[in-house]
Amino acid sequence: MADNAVVADGDVDLSRRKFLTRATIATGAVGAAFVAVPFIESWAPSERARAQGAPTELDLSKLDAGQMATTVWRKSPIYVVRRTADMVARIAGHDGELKDPNSEKSEQPAYAKNPIRARSDEYLVLVGTCTHLGCLPKQRFSAGELYPSWPGGFFCPCHGSRFDLAGRVFEGSPASLNLRVPPYSYPKPHTLLIGVDEKGAA
Amino acid sequence: MSVKNASGAPATLPSTKGATPSPLWAWINKRLPVDQFIQDQLIGYYAPKNFNIWYFFGSIALVVLALQLLTGIFLTMFYKVGETTSFDSVEYIMREVNYGWLIRYLHSTGASAFFIVVYLHMFRAFLYGSYRKPRELLWLFGMAVYLALMAEAFMGYVLPWGNMSFWGAQVIVNLFGTIPGIGPGLVEWIRGDYGIADATLNRFFALHVVALPLGLLLLVVLHLVALRTTGSNNPDGIEIKEKLGPDGKPLDGIPFHPYYTVKDVVGIGIFFVLLAIVVFFVPTLGGLFLESPNFEVANPLSTPEHIAPVWYFTPFYAILRAVPDQRWGALLMLLAVVSFLFVPWLDRSPVKSMRYRGPLSRIALALFALSFVALGYLGLQPAEGLYVVLARIFAAIYFAFFWLMPFYSKFDPVKPVPERVVYHAH
Amino acid sequence: MRTELRRVWQGTALVAAALLAAGALAETSGAAAEEASKTGADWKSWHANTDVTDLPSVQRGARNFRNYCLGCHSLKYERWSRLGSDLAIPEKLLETDLIPPGDKPTQYIMTTMPAADAETWFGKVPPDLSLMARARGRDYLYQFLTTFYVDPARPTGANNLRLPTTAMPHVLSELEGLKAAVFRDVAKPGEGGAVGHEQVFDHFEPLAQGRLSPAEYQAFVRDTVNFLDYVGEPTQAARRSLGVWVVLFLLVFTWLAWLVKREYWKDVH
Repeated sequence: MADNAVVADGDVDLSRRKFLTRATIATGAVGAAFVAVPFIESWAPSERARAQGAPTELDLSKLDAGQMATTVWRKSPIYVVRRTADMVARIAGHDGELKDPNSEKSEQPAYAKNPIRARSDEYLVLVGTCTHLGCLPKQRFSAGELYPSWPGGFFCPCHGSRFDLAGRVFEGSPASLNLRVPPYSYPKPHTLLIGVDEKGAA
Repeated sequence: MSVKNASGAPATLPSTKGATPSPLWAWINKRLPVDQFIQDQLIGYYAPKNFNIWYFFGSIALVVLALQLLTGIFLTMFYKVGETTSFDSVEYIMREVNYGWLIRYLHSTGASAFFIVVYLHMFRAFLYGSYRKPRELLWLFGMAVYLALMAEAFMGYVLPWGNMSFWGAQVIVNLFGTIPGIGPGLVEWIRGDYGIADATLNRFFALHVVALPLGLLLLVVLHLVALRTTGSNNPDGIEIKEKLGPDGKPLDGIPFHPYYTVKDVVGIGIFFVLLAIVVFFVPTLGGLFLESPNFEVANPLSTPEHIAPVWYFTPFYAILRAVPDQRWGALLMLLAVVSFLFVPWLDRSPVKSMRYRGPLSRIALALFALSFVALGYLGLQPAEGLYVVLARIFAAIYFAFFWLMPFYSKFDPVKPVPERVVYHAH
Repeated sequence: MRTELRRVWQGTALVAAALLAAGALAETSGAAAEEASKTGADWKSWHANTDVTDLPSVQRGARNFRNYCLGCHSLKYERWSRLGSDLAIPEKLLETDLIPPGDKPTQYIMTTMPAADAETWFGKVPPDLSLMARARGRDYLYQFLTTFYVDPARPTGANNLRLPTTAMPHVLSELEGLKAAVFRDVAKPGEGGAVGHEQVFDHFEPLAQGRLSPAEYQAFVRDTVNFLDYVGEPTQAARRSLGVWVVLFLLVFTWLAWLVKREYWKDVH
């Protein structure tokens, strides 16, 4: 019956057919993956976001001892505390009450992986976002402010997490990690630059 | 007819079942007729084997629709509608969003590509009588898609809020003012303000992003269902269902899958090559796809030197301007679009395909195609001098094609239509 | 034989004469073209002839813009940092030579001229130039910067052929020098047989030399237009280079798809 429109030939062609079809589908899949790239990349922070996320400068000469200044970097609040000698002393002596006293699990640059969690005693730079669910912790710097043995630090009003004057989290807090330290440096005296350190711009 | 191999034994056609269906596939198919759909609509659906190049544009149009939806959704993520923000947000996309320029150019080129493809797709219907009984409804749904597409493109063009966006909107919306009685009130209602303004921009955004895409999708589905119901026409205008084989399948038909699926991929590939050349090397196409005045922000106090709609509207724009009276011009422009709807009933030829028609029909179609292109060109020129005269002549030819059709199609001598389709292996 | 030889000589002489005449004509039309070019009668056909892939040219254009245009015109969609990275300008150089003191590299390139004052002084706010190359075209910009002429009737003392009654003063006059425009009276047939008169531009008359020679000035303008071309679409270089790969890939894919099609369609008779 030569009337048929389709007459498939022998099986020899079938393997060539399979090979070609698979090669084409594979190439098409590669193409589809490449096509996906621009669309996925478009979601990454745009140049505007990156420009707005550029390093933040803060003039430290305006900050008195014992005071805290709040600024913004990459859409997060940044706490800058000028610690007094007394405040620095109150960082020590309660390591047993802390979840991560040596900042093993917490996030900070190398120069802040120490008990004072900073480059130097005087200034503490923290990301002012509670490591539990993101509220802004409140400053409670005075000794005994919350309860008699309170050494001073931060208290988060949302769910009660407590942090010391180096931003380290206390046992009994819903938060598990110490407050994060962003990259920062001192490009000139009395000037803090958040977002830039030895590794360059973050 | 059944698909046999050379020795007469049943040939291996693609089957969705494989050796044994995977448990997951079986679970899905008990709850959703996926396998049945593929069998009925793709493998079991037979299309004429003699499709030629004119039959690529339907599937390409589907691909362009998908492209516009994808790029459009992503543009909406970064575009900020508002008379003070729209223009800036488009430049934000072009310069600061990663690959934003690519998404934008794909969308703007895709819009023009859509019309090129759709016009070629429609021309095929004229070549082979694809609008004829029993496919009148298929044609009408197709025309509805075309109308919705024109509205979608018009509104999309306003969104960048460039100077041509503004003035193009001004001119087209003002056309509605020519409707007797309700005209001026209607124009104000469409605009939502006393001139084209933020209110207009915002509602066009909602219509362009949500309403019309939904409408387009619905109409395309109806268009495809109507096609499936009657089966496709072919270049010989023969109804292949009239000659069935012992297996109940048309003798001159072949399974859509795999034959037309693999063939359409080639067509789509060539289309993408051409699209990529434009997108990456000449995205403005000398001002035809992205017009220069639109790189300046909308200014109600400054009209561009030549207001012209985008190229795909210019044939109708030329007809509008050919008439010295605004009201009659608008009416004639409307008639130019509406005339398409009547074609299934205007065509009185005993044969469907141009292959078997006489010289009158061929000359008429050639003249129509020529006048459509000529009017398109004239619509881009200023309406003065020789251009106006030519526009009037070609407009006359344009309308003659439709409204003289009952006469020339009836009296045109025809050639005998073959029993079986004409096919050359390729 | 003699007659034929004579014919050959006559033919050769004719051809030689024709060639000489053509050459002479070309010379004079070339000379005329040069004359016209010098005097500016053909200004409407002047082309920018810029090549945006010529990085040193675009860099010079950036310098030109900074020194001569930024005083009034902004580029509000372009950041300094973007300029630096696209044009391969080292950060230090960007900060010392290009970015106005006090501005940060991530800021958009803004002019310091207050818009309100500009409107008072010029009658019009100097437009932002980010998209001017895309809106008007490179040739327009080139012609605009090369057809300024002295016109005492204008508040700025200057007028322009490309944009008559422009509010912009002839900022580049110290570089280009000064020239006057000579118009000639042309009779135009008007309505109802009346004869109207129109002033048609004829040629330029140089008045004073600038710091740059004509060729140097044209190169200056070309660089500046080139820079504006870049600013109009900073991603164009990436677009073209990516395009080559995309088209190549698609050609390969389509070829493979065609092989598959041909294989399957062997079935169809």
